[in-house]
Amino acid sequence: MKRWLNWPVLRQFASTDPSGRGAAAKSRTSANLSPRTADADRIVKSVCPYCAVGCGQNVYVRGERVTHIEGDPDSPVSRGRLCPKGSASLQLTTGPGREHRVLYRRPYGTDWEQLDLDTALDMIADRVIKARGEYWQWQQDDVRTRRTMGFASLGGATLDNEENYLIKKLFTALGAVQIENQARV
Amino acid sequence: MAECHPVGFQWVMEAKARGATVIHVDPRFTRTSALADLHVPLRAGTDIAFLGGIVNYVLANEKYFHDYVVHYTNAASIVTEDYAGPADMDGFFSGFDAEKRHYDFHTWQYEGAEVQAASGERDLEYPDRAGGDPPSGSGVRQAGRGEAHGSGGASSGQARTDPTLRHQRTVFQILKRHFADYTPEMVEQVCGVPPEKFLRVCEYLTENSGRERTSAFVYSVGWTQHTVGVQYIRTASILQTLLGNIGRPGGGILALRGHASIQGSTDIPTLFNLLPGYIPMPHAHANQDRAAFLAAEGTDKGYWANMGAYLTSLLKAWWGPAATPENDFCFDYLPRLTGSHSTYETVMAQTRRECVGYFLYGENPAVGSANAKLQRLGMAALDWLVVRDFSLIESATWWKDGPEIESGELSTREIATEVFFLPAAAHTEKDGSFTNTQRMLQWHHAAVEPEGDARSDLWFTYYLGKRIREKLTGSTDDRDRPLLDLTWDYPVHGPLDEPDADAVLAEINGADAQGNPLSSYEQLTDDGSTTCGCWIYCGVRAGGANQAARREPGDRQNWVANQWGWAWPANRRILYNRASADPDGRPWSARKALVWWDSDEQRWTGHDVADFAATKPPDYQPPSDAHGPAALAGTEPFVMQDDGKAWLFAPAGLVDGPLPAHYEPQDSPFENRLYPQQRNPVRQVLPFKGKHNRMQPSGAQPGTEVFPYVATTYRLTEHHTAGGMSRWQPYLAELQPEMFCEISPELAAQRGLTHLGWATIVTARAAIEARVLVTERMSPIAVQGRTLHQVGLPYHWGHNGYSTGDAANELAALSLDPNVHIQEVKAFACDIRPGRRPDAAGTAELVREYQRRAGITDETGTEI
Repeated sequence: MKRWLNWPVLRQFASTDPSGRGAAAKSRTSANLSPRTADADRIVKSVCPYCAVGCGQNVYVRGERVTHIEGDPDSPVSRGRLCPKGSASLQLTTGPGREHRVLYRRPYGTDWEQLDLDTALDMIADRVIKARGEYWQWQQDDVRTRRTMGFASLGGATLDNEENYLIKKLFTALGAVQIENQARV
Repeated sequence: MAECHPVGFQWVMEAKARGATVIHVDPRFTRTSALADLHVPLRAGTDIAFLGGIVNYVLANEKYFHDYVVHYTNAASIVTEDYAGPADMDGFFSGFDAEKRHYDFHTWQYEGAEVQAASGERDLEYPDRAGGDPPSGSGVRQAGRGEAHGSGGASSGQARTDPTLRHQRTVFQILKRHFADYTPEMVEQVCGVPPEKFLRVCEYLTENSGRERTSAFVYSVGWTQHTVGVQYIRTASILQTLLGNIGRPGGGILALRGHASIQGSTDIPTLFNLLPGYIPMPHAHANQDRAAFLAAEGTDKGYWANMGAYLTSLLKAWWGPAATPENDFCFDYLPRLTGSHSTYETVMAQTRRECVGYFLYGENPAVGSANAKLQRLGMAALDWLVVRDFSLIESATWWKDGPEIESGELSTREIATEVFFLPAAAHTEKDGSFTNTQRMLQWHHAAVEPEGDARSDLWFTYYLGKRIREKLTGSTDDRDRPLLDLTWDYPVHGPLDEPDADAVLAEINGADAQGNPLSSYEQLTDDGSTTCGCWIYCGVRAGGANQAARREPGDRQNWVANQWGWAWPANRRILYNRASADPDGRPWSARKALVWWDSDEQRWTGHDVADFAATKPPDYQPPSDAHGPAALAGTEPFVMQDDGKAWLFAPAGLVDGPLPAHYEPQDSPFENRLYPQQRNPVRQVLPFKGKHNRMQPSGAQPGTEVFPYVATTYRLTEHHTAGGMSRWQPYLAELQPEMFCEISPELAAQRGLTHLGWATIVTARAAIEARVLVTERMSPIAVQGRTLHQVGLPYHWGHNGYSTGDAANELAALSLDPNVHIQEVKAFACDIRPGRRPDAAGTAELVREYQRRAGITDETGTEI
């Protein structure tokens, strides 16, 4: 009988909450729930990584893990709002779609292999030096060019300014000119 | 905007609630249209005709803002006698060289003044200004300079002017004649917009422009991704300048950009043709030194006259103590360009094995760049490929599961390319700044450390550089000097020895000889005593504090909100805002006041930071020997221009004409009604000619009827670009689970397509399949006495991730805007047929069959 009296529909119409949007919709379980934002160790100020509107984000951290991301109401750009993509940025950053290991496909290989990050960095450094040297051009049509056409880089619009700065600085110093990003496409 | 920048669109709704009229011009009816006062569907690829029609309306009906036009634009300047426009030249401007497919811009100049543009193709004037060799053929003229928007113009000599605007060769009269053919009837013929609707747009726009009111234009890649994309923006610039809508609150031409820091990656450019702060990359010239470069590329008046200070401070930031006056501050360490080295030329070079290594930083060209097949074939010819991303995107896995593997065209066991996949850190795992679409830098703080092997791109690039330097230590080879002399030592912190992003920002900001942070680009010098990694960002760490990290809540500030983040330059929120005041320095109207001259304080003041020398009075007249910013009068608001004026007519800087002219897209089912010349005569197609980039017949040519529809590509709210940041998210995949196309009920009936069934879309490049969404939001339009059906294609897909489908970019050709080398994916002719496409080999045969039916060869569509 007690269980029947606790039936939500009955409670809804018997209480002061006939539309079922307040007390009637609560259970003991839901009454004890608290939002992921309530017990965060810290809230870190951030910016949405998708489009260039630049909506403010608050990143909630607990136990050195990101537990929630939501719009920053302080932002004069976004006033706390996020679109479906921005709202999915918790999944972007912590979801199962992310790879966390270096993978390597050797020439003519049919599958990925694991590779140590430091080894990968070393192998890439060797390959940059080789391609740079083999396709080096001191001049073209008797005019000084001081460059390499051996390697190219594409991307940067999803990165930070500081990252773009180091990419442009390093690759230009290596003599590369084929440095491009999404602004072209 | 409501679809792709929904949170920004809240401000359009705020404006509407206060009485603004919202007009949406788009081939499709979208969420934006649903909230607009007026939706104007038009034929994709015809916006120059549409906007040109409004320019004609404004001029013919004298709706322009007279005082603004006379004082703040080049309307009164007189153009050389030799100039002729496309109305008199069968669709060409004067100066066309058919053999080189190139314009000589000299006939577009002002009379009595040799004008240099400081944006666009500045190097074209190298021989005029620095002496020496002429530009090296097609190479130099193809090099893009178009990212330097809004900056331009150096002159030697004094241009003749007629402030009455009556002289037949004034810019104003030329403009009137040029756009006279862009009548409402012509707009209807070309764009498919009925005259009544077109005139409503004209009335809404002009009623809401002038002293008391302003109107804004908002655009995205729907305007840029055309063979005439730059001229789309030019047409809007002309219109907004005529209406007095530039430099004023509520005005402007606002580019809504689609990546978190695509503005930043243009300002601090990972782009071939620019150095930080829109300084051009040097082209190859005999005996070029810093002085010759600056003489050619810098200007006499305005802020570009200070290019020497900006460049020298950059060289000092990069090469530190090694850069000395004796070695020309290492200017020779910069590699030189010999033409366009855009990503599309690079792909062609990869296929020829002239470029063998490739870094991908958060970009997915295997499905995200035009002619996706060529992108993959380029990668299959590499020695090595480094992919830095969150997930195994198509650009990382094409060697085992790409369409060419399925078709047998490539075999995994025969592909020599070594592939390194390196997981990237997310924005929550690193410090750094994004520059948003309004030029505002906002700092994001690391919340946690990245897991596993994931690292920031800052970490990767820094340690890659260190490793290469270690391997080359002790080298005596002169080519290694720029690398070994590079300043490349940043403080690191944390368990991963992460380089300090704030220290990198400090280098970008710049410092004086004592190492103190600078607060303004006005402090930069060309004697080597200052450093600055990007002059327009100078001041972002003013006082040694990270101004981009400021977060004063919006509700505690005025409407400009300039205590949140930091906008370049100098934290100004509206560029050229001197134009918000009249020549005497008073706001044009009280309700549109932004900055004004305070005669008591003898300085500019207002709601925003004035984009003008703070104490230069409105009645300032420069002495005749003045140079640089001091040579600009107190009434010249466009401070990057040599004449301080907005250019209605661009006497230099553009490679395809000083005024916009309507040309048909590369692949179009219609003839050009405005001119006998069908396409932009200098569009960039020749470098990409070949069997994998076949073009289609157009206009009246036989075979055009094989591709009777027009496709346009776009984004959805629930996905992001080529899907690398959205197809792996279950929430987003559930919202938009697979590739589809949008068509009208009329087209569905005509081609037997059913809602939720399958369709195959075919061009001369490829055939793809997509689910069919039949919707009245796609409306047939009447063009040149025919009914045109358009096909909507979201371009987010590939076959990896949770949400999958064919990539729309398979269909697109490499045919580019000649100024900026951006591909035409917003309007191309296609066919659509019911059912799924055959397997990969069958699809290739289907495309060959279409090519045969349309009589397509390698030459088709590559004519002038």
